[in-house]
Amino acid sequence: MSKALYIDYQKCTGCRLCELVCSVSHDGISNPARSRIRVMKWEAEGLYVPMSCQQCQDAPCKLVCPVKAISRDEEKGHVFVDYDVCIGCRSCIAACPFGAMSFNLKEKKVFKCDLCDGTPQCVRFCEVKAVDFIDVDEVSVIKKRSAAKRLSVAGKEASGLEARLHR
Amino acid sequence: MPLNRKIAYIDLTTGDIQTKPIPLEARKKFLGGRGLDAYLLYNHTKKGCDPLGPDNTLIISGGILTATCASATARTHVMAKSPLTGLLGSANMGGFFAPELAWAGFHHLVIKGKAKHPVYLYVHNGKIEIRDARGIWSQSATDSQWAIREDLGDQEVKSCVCGPAGENLVRFANVMTGIKNSGGRTGMGCVMGSKNLKAVAARGTMDIKIARPAEALEYNKRFIDQIVSAKVNQTQGVLGTPFIWGATNSWGGVRSRNFQYNQCEYADDIEPERIDEICEETMGPYHMTGCFGCQVHCRAQYKITDGPYAGRYDEGPEYTSQGAFGGETDTPRATTVLTGNHLVNQFGMDNLETGSLISWAMELYELGIITAKETDGLDLRFGNDEAVIEMIERICYRKGWLADALADGGIAASKKIGKNSFDYLIQVKGMSNLHSDERATPGLALNIATASRGSDHLRSRPAIDLYHLPETVLRKIYSNPVPYDGPLSSEHTEYVGKPWQVFWQENCYMGVDCLGICKYHTTFLGATLPNFEDWSKVLYYNTGLQITPEEIWKVARRCNMLERLFNLREGLTRDDLEKGDMLNHRYFDEPCRRGAIDVVGRKIDKEKFIRMVDELYEHKGLDKDGVPKPETLKELGLENEPSHLI
Repeated sequence: MSKALYIDYQKCTGCRLCELVCSVSHDGISNPARSRIRVMKWEAEGLYVPMSCQQCQDAPCKLVCPVKAISRDEEKGHVFVDYDVCIGCRSCIAACPFGAMSFNLKEKKVFKCDLCDGTPQCVRFCEVKAVDFIDVDEVSVIKKRSAAKRLSVAGKEASGLEARLHR
Repeated sequence: MPLNRKIAYIDLTTGDIQTKPIPLEARKKFLGGRGLDAYLLYNHTKKGCDPLGPDNTLIISGGILTATCASATARTHVMAKSPLTGLLGSANMGGFFAPELAWAGFHHLVIKGKAKHPVYLYVHNGKIEIRDARGIWSQSATDSQWAIREDLGDQEVKSCVCGPAGENLVRFANVMTGIKNSGGRTGMGCVMGSKNLKAVAARGTMDIKIARPAEALEYNKRFIDQIVSAKVNQTQGVLGTPFIWGATNSWGGVRSRNFQYNQCEYADDIEPERIDEICEETMGPYHMTGCFGCQVHCRAQYKITDGPYAGRYDEGPEYTSQGAFGGETDTPRATTVLTGNHLVNQFGMDNLETGSLISWAMELYELGIITAKETDGLDLRFGNDEAVIEMIERICYRKGWLADALADGGIAASKKIGKNSFDYLIQVKGMSNLHSDERATPGLALNIATASRGSDHLRSRPAIDLYHLPETVLRKIYSNPVPYDGPLSSEHTEYVGKPWQVFWQENCYMGVDCLGICKYHTTFLGATLPNFEDWSKVLYYNTGLQITPEEIWKVARRCNMLERLFNLREGLTRDDLEKGDMLNHRYFDEPCRRGAIDVVGRKIDKEKFIRMVDELYEHKGLDKDGVPKPETLKELGLENEPSHLI
């Protein structure tokens, strides 16, 4: 079973260490502009949302690429760019609904998350697990569990309220 | 390379901007951050310059490791001559500004002159522009940051700003960045206001090449593991700095009613667990937030639950706000602490100084030294929550006679108020103490008396002294990187060995401040955290500079000595109550009235205190008057200062 990045933005503390370690591990350089993962922030509300590639099944970047430079590796579970084929037209950047494809101004090429060949550094360094790397089917189990908890708490509160109303 | 970040000299009077590289020689002698700032301040200000005049030099910087792959390199340092103390002005803050400044190509900005109208600086990928800030002037610390983003059309811009308090020349106004990150203490925001400088905005996408990326990454991971495994940081990550309150207040180390008591009674409503509850209720289970690259995430997020500011979002409150607006003023109510914290953050005003001065005024009011005439009818009794909130606003806008006097700082206010008001003022070198009470801890008392920027806990406090660590553990910490075989005591009420601990901590904190790393990542509150040896490695992996732990120790001593030289040039004399290394008489005369059995009845023994200062001077290489001996200056390579290297 392939694994995927699972981002729970509610856990994110907004520290942006993921951006730092991403750019250092890939390029040996500290520069968020080179990071594959970026934390989008609304400081006035205390809201921080890490954004990265979803490794889509029907990836718009792959579909839109005029030279078929982008493909999907089912085993590794990631969408990747073949730089020997890529012409740098940036159509993929325009097509991506998540802004996950970026452009490196210095090297003049697009870049995206490659899941660090199975050991994503952003995950390794994120102590609060706002970014995690888990089996794709596990994601829905986690979400089911948290939704079920919400529902049962709401259910209990509702029945308690009803009991009080009919007392 | 971190080492190719530049220094810029900006003259706001003429609009002249010069950009220069930082010579390697300066790096090796002062590293960066606070250390290099101290060198720049000593070299670029003239003796006796007016802190609010165009000749004062404001320096804003990141550390040598800022934005590198070392851990938590978020700190911004701000330095100038202080309008509060007339001595060294120095403030350090977290957040995201310094990394952005480094990605924009700079480590140090040296700002002189005075703009004709409000301006802000925009630092962007190697370029600096002076922009009109007339439309932003008078806005709150946060609103002005968002306004700058609108003005530049870029939501990623990070700014450090002065708030309304800085504009109104409140002498303890902060430099602020983000929601609550504050370069508090010594009035650096006031210096910005005096220069008509509303803000410095930065945005950068320039590469910082890491010298040995693989090693830097792995060492960072080790560093983080070490840091997050420390219990103190785990607790901070859940409760923030308020966690300290429970222990210090129940033990009797918290000032209440200015200096009358050393414990705040009936304080359940401001206990860390209660504040945590409010944060969780208003912001959800994941309400902690952090500075750049830090895994401690010690800042809480909250919304004010009731009162006139209900619903307002803010961050904190820190331990300092619990004391400033809860303990000292004897108003231990969560709403008061959270509202007070919010207001000082919006105004850009030092919470410690504000709370301390209000509680001082309250004591004067109760003693009849000031009356309803001076307070414009405000009932300034201890325990009056509304009066505390009202005074915060009045001070920021200098409304009324008393608030206007307090806005000039404690010593100036004591001269206006007259009588024996000065006797009740808890300050050193003109800066108020935080809410801690050091009468039972001679080591901590020595720290606040001799700290370079005035009564302060972040310059040389041996905080781990409170843990009763076994002597063997203390010896392991305090005999590195230079040997020490003198006495050390696990007992925090003791006097022996404390001068060495204060001296060691002073160098340790200068070390992190030069690197740009947060103090929670070193021997401050945790005894097992990294220091000199680890820094030598992270420096090498990230910058390629090979500097031994002993050399970093020497750099720290050199930079501390520069701060001393600056203070001496501006009039520091050893026993001066306004400008010296001396405590208010109350530390020696009034015993603690509350707290644990090892606290009640304690006060500082003046003779022993003086002997501690003597010994500390000895360690630092100062003579009996606190002036550096010629051989010390020679050893540290400071015999020709000012040397105008940069």
